[in-house]
Amino acid sequence: MGYVLQYGQIWPYLPRLLDGAWLALQIAVLAFCGGLLIGTLGAAIKSFGPRWLSMIVGAYVTFFTNTPQLVQIFFLYFALPDAGILLSSFNAVLLGMTLNAGAYLTEIQRAGFESSRRSELEASEVLGFSRLQQIRYVILPHVAQVLFPPLSNHFIIMTLGTSMAAVFGVEELTGQALNINSMTFRSIEVFTVTAGIYVVLTLIASVLLAAFGRFAFRARTKLI
Amino acid sequence: MHHLDITGLEARYGKNTVLSGIDLSVARGDVIGLIGPSGSGKSTILRVVMGLLPPVSGSVKLDGQPVDYAKAADVRRLRDRIAIVFQQYNLFQNMSVLQNVTITPTKIKKRPKAEVEEEARVLLAKVGLGDKLDSYPDQLSGGQQQRVAIARALALRPEILLLDEVTAALDPELVSEVLDSIRVLANEGMTMMIVSHEMGFIREVASRVVFMASGKIVETGPAAQIFDAPTQPRTQDFVSKILRH
Amino acid sequence: MLSQIAYEWPEFATYYNWVFLAGAAGTTLALSALGVILGSVFGLLLAVARISDGRLLLPLRVLAFAFTEIFRRVPFLVTLMLAFFGFQIFFSDVPLFVVAAVTTTFIASAFLSEIIRGGLNSVHRNQWEAAEAMNFSQLQTIRHVILPQAWRVILPPAFGFFVMFIKDTALASQIGVVELTYAAKVLNNKGFSAALAFGVVLLIYFAISYPLARLGAALEIRLAPSRHHRP
Repeated sequence: MGYVLQYGQIWPYLPRLLDGAWLALQIAVLAFCGGLLIGTLGAAIKSFGPRWLSMIVGAYVTFFTNTPQLVQIFFLYFALPDAGILLSSFNAVLLGMTLNAGAYLTEIQRAGFESSRRSELEASEVLGFSRLQQIRYVILPHVAQVLFPPLSNHFIIMTLGTSMAAVFGVEELTGQALNINSMTFRSIEVFTVTAGIYVVLTLIASVLLAAFGRFAFRARTKLI
Repeated sequence: MHHLDITGLEARYGKNTVLSGIDLSVARGDVIGLIGPSGSGKSTILRVVMGLLPPVSGSVKLDGQPVDYAKAADVRRLRDRIAIVFQQYNLFQNMSVLQNVTITPTKIKKRPKAEVEEEARVLLAKVGLGDKLDSYPDQLSGGQQQRVAIARALALRPEILLLDEVTAALDPELVSEVLDSIRVLANEGMTMMIVSHEMGFIREVASRVVFMASGKIVETGPAAQIFDAPTQPRTQDFVSKILRH
Repeated sequence: MLSQIAYEWPEFATYYNWVFLAGAAGTTLALSALGVILGSVFGLLLAVARISDGRLLLPLRVLAFAFTEIFRRVPFLVTLMLAFFGFQIFFSDVPLFVVAAVTTTFIASAFLSEIIRGGLNSVHRNQWEAAEAMNFSQLQTIRHVILPQAWRVILPPAFGFFVMFIKDTALASQIGVVELTYAAKVLNNKGFSAALAFGVVLLIYFAISYPLARLGAALEIRLAPSRHHRP
């Protein structure tokens, strides 16, 4: 007892926290884009590819979605050097998050593709559309509309997930918070402010994504 | 003093005024038939009386006692004495027929279970469902569900029963079984307010018919007057249209 | 890497190590299970608070809203640190497991309250209306009418959350709770190669999570078709 909150002591460190937030956002965007690439490929293979390849993708997805991201990154960071692959902590985190995202985004997009197959059938009944026009005007807009909300939702989850980079010494938001905590020992202040930044950051991201999805794809994202 | 006195009632959905200047009195044993085109506010009157839609102004008096719809206790006392049957039956999907009828008397009114169950069996037999006690709503036809809903309302021992288009959602061949149940109640002297499009039935059971249009009461009178000799042009128009088929 | 693992295996696969890992797996499961069980209780209270009406309860609604929004938007690790340092400052000698369990309970409460609220809202409005017209209070309606119908909608995503949560609790290793991930670090520090230690723990996580995920999928199929019907 007798702990007095002193936020004044940590305000000078706010710029460092904001730098950390910026880095967290960058990691999230990079890993998300990489994951989206893998996920699109994976979903295409699972929906349209040969059986053996689809099974390999299935194994990848099942393994990565059923094990913790943190332990995956531990493995990449500590075990790969045994096989002669040396990753910096930042690269290990980025690779781990990308592979993890790839698995989840494969699943999300596969569901989207499947719903598009149905609309494809309906669309083919529409007279006079060429195959290309069908894809351009019917299937893609539909897929975008269906996929946008779960994809943006996963981006938010990933933004929060960047916090585990701190475990590997990456100085993103949580990493900076740990540093500042060990310098000031104002733990409650540091971590409440950090939590606040995460809330604001993800709220802004959610609102912007929802607005964009609505504008671009007429996608309805549930905000709250 | 009437049993139920409605004066100057006004109600809105959002910004739309759906009822205005409603004056209506119900005496004991009255069967009021509320008729009129869709959207004329007939059902809204019942919803306001039940406290499901708060009135903007006007008063509702029960045995001369004004009901303050802003007061939870007042609304609760009113709902102890008036029951409503909905167009969509609104049976509890997670309960059997018997449970649907007994839940409120036992759990809310805290009456003894054995007595309530006995009464429920009698009521369900009365609406012709004595053999469906353990069925669930999704196993029954619409007409059967609606009769359960009537039994459920009667189990509350209401002084007044409100029936909100209770046959509107039913397939035509199921309408008569529900109307039969209501006819029995009317013959027993149950006080009722019936919103319905079944004009023949209203004409037969209603002691007084209220014709509504655009949220207002246009004309009130005995069934014979409203259907055979309406005085207002809008009533004449409505009646001539329904008599044409 | 593989020859190294083969070389270390006989020494790794001892009775003692398996018991150690089993205990750690138990802690991992206990952390998420405890979080989800307590979180269901608080989540239900939060969900009920959020759908309550009346002006008097407005502060309660705002509080419940803030709680669910905040704890769904703060990373596990940060909530864990807050709990860790919070306990350190205000209470002495609280076991680390309790700190982690409090963290999982807070987070699970927020997520489950949203799942439960979605389930409560999925029950048709006319069920609320019928109950209201027969003088059910809001709590009586939820207890007798809404929850008995909503649980089918609530259970599959809630179970899915539980399975996901098992993996999230890996972060509890950061404050020293001896769960699976921490056990991997211990074995690694004892001299076993990282590939073996983390590899085995990855497989244990998989062995726990995969069957549960399958069970969850089966549950969803089983409960889905007759959502609004009998219990």
